[in-house]
Amino acid sequence: MSAAVELRGITKRFPGVVANDDVDFAAAEGEVHALLGENGAGKSTLSNILTGLYRPDDGEILIRGNAVSFHSPRDALDAGICMVHQHFRLVPPFTVAENVILGDHRGEGKKLVVNPRKIERRVAELGERYRIAVDPRARIWQLSLGEQQRVEILKALYREARILILDEPTAVLTPQEAASLFETLRVMADEGRTIIFISHKLHEVKAVSDRVTVLRGGKNVETVLTKDATPRSLAALMVGREVNMAERVARTGEVGDPVLETDDLWAAGDRGSETLRGVSLSVRAGEVVAIAGVAGNGQRELAETVTGMRTPTRGTITVDGKALHGGDPREAIRAGVAHVPEDRLHTGVAPSLSIASNVVLKSYRGREVVKGPLLRLRTIREYAAQLIKRYDVRGGGPDLPARRLSGGNLQKVVIAREFEGKPRVLVIASPTRGLDVAAIETVHRYLRDAASEGVGVLLISEDLDEILALADRIAVIYEGAIVGELDAISATVEEIGLLMAGGSGE
Amino acid sequence: MIRIERRLAQPKWLLFAVPVGSVVVAFGLMTIVLLITHHPPLHTFSRLISSGFGSTQSLNDTLVSTTPLIFTGLCAAVAFRMQLFNIGGEGQLYAGAILGAAAGIALGNHSSWLSVPAMIVAGAVGGAALALIPAILRAFFSTNEIITSLMLNYVGALVINYLIFDSLSYWRDTSSPTAKVFPQGKTLPDAASWPASHVGALYLPFGLLVGVVIAAIVWLLYTRTRFGFEVQVIGDSPRAASYAGMRTRRKILAVMALSGAIAGIGGASQDGDIRHLLDPRGLTAAGYGYAGIVIAALARYNPFAVCLVAFLLGGLQNAGYTLQGVDFPSGLVGVMQGLILFCALGGELLVRYRLRFTRGTRSVEAAA
Repeated sequence: MSAAVELRGITKRFPGVVANDDVDFAAAEGEVHALLGENGAGKSTLSNILTGLYRPDDGEILIRGNAVSFHSPRDALDAGICMVHQHFRLVPPFTVAENVILGDHRGEGKKLVVNPRKIERRVAELGERYRIAVDPRARIWQLSLGEQQRVEILKALYREARILILDEPTAVLTPQEAASLFETLRVMADEGRTIIFISHKLHEVKAVSDRVTVLRGGKNVETVLTKDATPRSLAALMVGREVNMAERVARTGEVGDPVLETDDLWAAGDRGSETLRGVSLSVRAGEVVAIAGVAGNGQRELAETVTGMRTPTRGTITVDGKALHGGDPREAIRAGVAHVPEDRLHTGVAPSLSIASNVVLKSYRGREVVKGPLLRLRTIREYAAQLIKRYDVRGGGPDLPARRLSGGNLQKVVIAREFEGKPRVLVIASPTRGLDVAAIETVHRYLRDAASEGVGVLLISEDLDEILALADRIAVIYEGAIVGELDAISATVEEIGLLMAGGSGE
Repeated sequence: MIRIERRLAQPKWLLFAVPVGSVVVAFGLMTIVLLITHHPPLHTFSRLISSGFGSTQSLNDTLVSTTPLIFTGLCAAVAFRMQLFNIGGEGQLYAGAILGAAAGIALGNHSSWLSVPAMIVAGAVGGAALALIPAILRAFFSTNEIITSLMLNYVGALVINYLIFDSLSYWRDTSSPTAKVFPQGKTLPDAASWPASHVGALYLPFGLLVGVVIAAIVWLLYTRTRFGFEVQVIGDSPRAASYAGMRTRRKILAVMALSGAIAGIGGASQDGDIRHLLDPRGLTAAGYGYAGIVIAALARYNPFAVCLVAFLLGGLQNAGYTLQGVDFPSGLVGVMQGLILFCALGGELLVRYRLRFTRGTRSVEAAA
């Protein structure tokens, strides 16, 4: 196998961290090469170097044996390297075809007057050949996230990319959609393209790749043939020790009376249309109810409506037997609803403020931290120091700005604050997205603890493994409505996947 | 090629090096300008400094210029802290001057103990009322407060001019013979003159003390109270604030009112400390409100730093008046003040960003 792309001794330092430390990486033509690692292992930095966004402090990049140096993302594009980012780089009001030629400075996109028909025809052709057809005249905002991802891949194909990097591509897909993506990737690889597949989901890596390079703490640990590896062995390489794979643990606590009930709950999304369409749910004390679904089917709106951040247009929310007016976070907090939001950095904390300020984000009105009109700053700092110790937050003391914490430690701060509020209900959305394996274990442990102490947990997650490991009941959401409820003990991935895609449960 | 990159961390030494560097660069540029225009640089600099800060007289003049700048600087800093861009300090200062003068005239010549506090309150009310217009629009209709507050500055300027020049209003002097030919405001009674204090030979306007006290109160409010905590959170992340159950709308109204009130007291101080009548021409020409924005930015919204920067900028302004003359055109004074401000603000950029010089060659042909 000749190397289509090779990185030798790549080192990239940021203030205080070495993101890549002497990393070697090589991917051959015609292979799907997985880049596996925990968050913070240096996968993103490495792909940013490969796409010309960062320049390495040391080391060299070879494309088909020739040393190159990228001064900008355009140089990487010219060298045939394309990337499908986790957050798509598309212009919502533009059509698919328009997005495809955007930034293409060699072909059609360079002309003063573009010929839309020609591009549309080409896009349709490519879509058919790779079985990722999307209407070339549709506007991006009309497309589902899965379709938007196809547009990103079409963009790369249109530019005749030889090397395609995909960053966590399955987060927005149902298991079935993911399987079809894998087929497309296979076809592309068989044509001699190189696919670099970044993921931390072991079974996906196992399903799609030929070889796996594992990164840990900025260093490459090992490159192995996928067929010789097991999820367990990969996990061990990734973490550097044996891990317990997320497994269902027999529940310990008693399930009590309903603490959270919603009845025919409707709410509008950010674009104004009804995104939440008549959700009726019940979560009992000590129970974990999971909402499964493909991203963008109303999960965010559900979490926000229950916690008061979004005003329902219809329906009721009852916490502990008391009806809420809705649309008022303070009311929900007082009723005992804790919330670990999806966007932990910009919603869960005030990022530039200290950890100490953030642990009292909801309790700063409380008698313990206030003296007359003044805040007891010292008490707050001591309290924060206590929580940092108890929840094992690493990276700094009470005065550190929250944004300087890593994802896992930040999540611990949010969880610490929410648990200390002695909630009745915990709404927790994508709690482990972007966290490393060790942090995931911790978060899951906290969730189980909360349930066994009698908190009703509403877990909203796109990660089926997580749902299966934690939930007592699984409700599947599709286009803003619950399309099926399953008992977690008997549910299968196929069953859930079908519901997630809008198929009926029967 | 030069690239501008955001700094991930701001080293402590930079916070000192940048201002010093900015001043050095500013004086370097000024030297060039002065040499081109055939003025002796060193002599000019020494005049600049001595006429701003060099003698008792010049220090007293500087303190007078400093007073309104403290108010408008605090006005901007208070709002900007919450990412609320109140550009309307100028108009709010006029509103405060109008109501402050009205209170001073209405209460007659009885007692300073009555007139001075009343003028402060009236000024605050005037400024706050004007600031509440953009605040309400922002809080309930999500209008951009930059535009609305800026536009109200023009409204304020027109109103204050109308009161003296185009109407027989309560504020206009209609009794004295000269006032019939040259319209001007009614002179305030003596009881409405704010008491100056003397420290040695220095003359401290009462407004200056009020301004410093307000700065201390603002500092306490913003760093030690629940209100300040909420302002910090909202300023940093409105979503986090809403998530935590904070009442963002109320805070917008409160902070804008506070900001406007401070500018308004600055307007009242102009009436009571310095002008002793409602003086549209003087106030509109000075542009205190806009200078306040620059001061707040240079002070990084710190209330005490606002006082210090206001003093330095006041001195610079004051020196400008002294410097200009037959041999030194006022335009050149403006150029020099502009250079200093330009370098100071440009230096701020370097605290947050850094420049990187890279070779401009592109070597991709190897990849083809």
